[in-house]
Amino acid sequence: MKYRSVFDIIGPVMIGPSSSHTAGAARIGRVARSLFGREPKWANISLYGSFAQTYKGHGTDVAVIGGLLDFDTDDQRIIHAIDIANERGMKITFIEEDAVTDHPNTARVIIGDHDGELELVGISIGGGKIEITELNGFELKLSGNHPALLVMHNDRFGTIANVANTLAKYEINIGHMEVSRKEVGKLALMTIEVDQNINNQLIEELEQLPNILKATKIAD
Amino acid sequence: MFRNVAELVELAVSQNKKISEIMIEQEVMVSGRTKEEILGLMDRNLTVMEKAVERGINGVKSHSGLTGGDAVLMQKYIEKGNFLSGETILDAVSKAVATNEVNAAMGTICATPTAGSAGVVPGTLFAVQKKLNPTREQMISFLFTAGAFGFVVANNASISGAAGGCQAEVGSAAGMAAAAIVEMAGGTPQQCAEAMAITLKNMLGLVCDPVAGLVEVPCVKRNAMGAANAMVAADMALAGITSRIPCDEVIDAMYRIGQAMPSALRETAQGGLAATPTGRRLEAKIFGMPLNEK
Repeated sequence: MKYRSVFDIIGPVMIGPSSSHTAGAARIGRVARSLFGREPKWANISLYGSFAQTYKGHGTDVAVIGGLLDFDTDDQRIIHAIDIANERGMKITFIEEDAVTDHPNTARVIIGDHDGELELVGISIGGGKIEITELNGFELKLSGNHPALLVMHNDRFGTIANVANTLAKYEINIGHMEVSRKEVGKLALMTIEVDQNINNQLIEELEQLPNILKATKIAD
Repeated sequence: MFRNVAELVELAVSQNKKISEIMIEQEVMVSGRTKEEILGLMDRNLTVMEKAVERGINGVKSHSGLTGGDAVLMQKYIEKGNFLSGETILDAVSKAVATNEVNAAMGTICATPTAGSAGVVPGTLFAVQKKLNPTREQMISFLFTAGAFGFVVANNASISGAAGGCQAEVGSAAGMAAAAIVEMAGGTPQQCAEAMAITLKNMLGLVCDPVAGLVEVPCVKRNAMGAANAMVAADMALAGITSRIPCDEVIDAMYRIGQAMPSALRETAQGGLAATPTGRRLEAKIFGMPLNEK
């Protein structure tokens, strides 16, 4: 089931005018920000379908940038997010795409600074709820509703077991997990949604494991 | 966990509980939060709704200038007392409009189930409040009942205008409101389902065609009519009238109609009212040029 909580239906509390085009867009931006771990210096945002057609009217542009600035859906600063980003020196480009996507409200967010880059595809499925469908070229399905852990690793036997064992040691329960890879034996990505919050010590411990390249947490 | 309206009603009937109680119990189970926490969160949403209505009724104006002030006009009209339909229904209309005018002005609202359809549930709630004098707890229950029906629609069909047209947004909201009114007025769980079915049947096929892509025209007035539809359907269900097509089948029909709807009529501002000469002219005035020539 796509929707699990009554507060997905009666909620969120948000700045208007559109739950999918404003609140959902802000959430996509905020997940990107959370995964990147810091405020990006530049952002290239491609909008598809209904997002591309109506983003100006719905404030989708200010909302995505608001999310990149770590604003929540009910933060009044969303209205002025582009001005705030400009003041902070963030370079922003919006691209209206013609391509037809699986979901009508799709955004591709590419952000970065001199230390790195991140590329993410998010869809806004209605009522402010979103899913992340792609991260740095990997397909995944992430709702953003639970604390989650993303682990970039080499595709070798035992790697998943090691990660699961470490989570068990910290008494963290896995609610949903999937593994995505581009080619057998090469780079792979574990997406793990959990019930408890993840601390930095666990992240460090995971990164010490063999074949783990990077671990990132996304807070609830 | 209930997956459809039939299961929801069956749970309520077999346990001799209200729909709202079933929804609260499920939320406790799914979220791991206590009942008190969950009631507290909904209380907070109710407060946001109250503030939005209060702000709208005193008059707001959107940035585009397309909407604002109609909630005030309706309140003044009610005060004069010469209305034809009825005070409760017009009060619901006025408060639904108030909420959506605030939404259009980028104000703070609670999505129910979406921002574009955020007026219907609070509009009807605050209107029937005058008539039924509910406690704060009963008003919170109203939102859980509405949420339970919205939950079924969201999981079995859609609540997104871009995916399913306005029938999925204002249509869903109106059905949710109708069911919640019935429970607050003392109707049975089955009568809630009948009210939802009757409402949604009469919203089927409604397209999402916002002028200039803004959640203003026709969204604000569609919330007004969604609220009116919900009020009448609730009265019909309370009178003992039933829907020949069961609620779950109506929801499924809504989903299929949404799938068959062309993209021009699903929140892209390319068809319907958005593509009328006046729609295009307003769009050009707001953005400097029509969106389709951009």
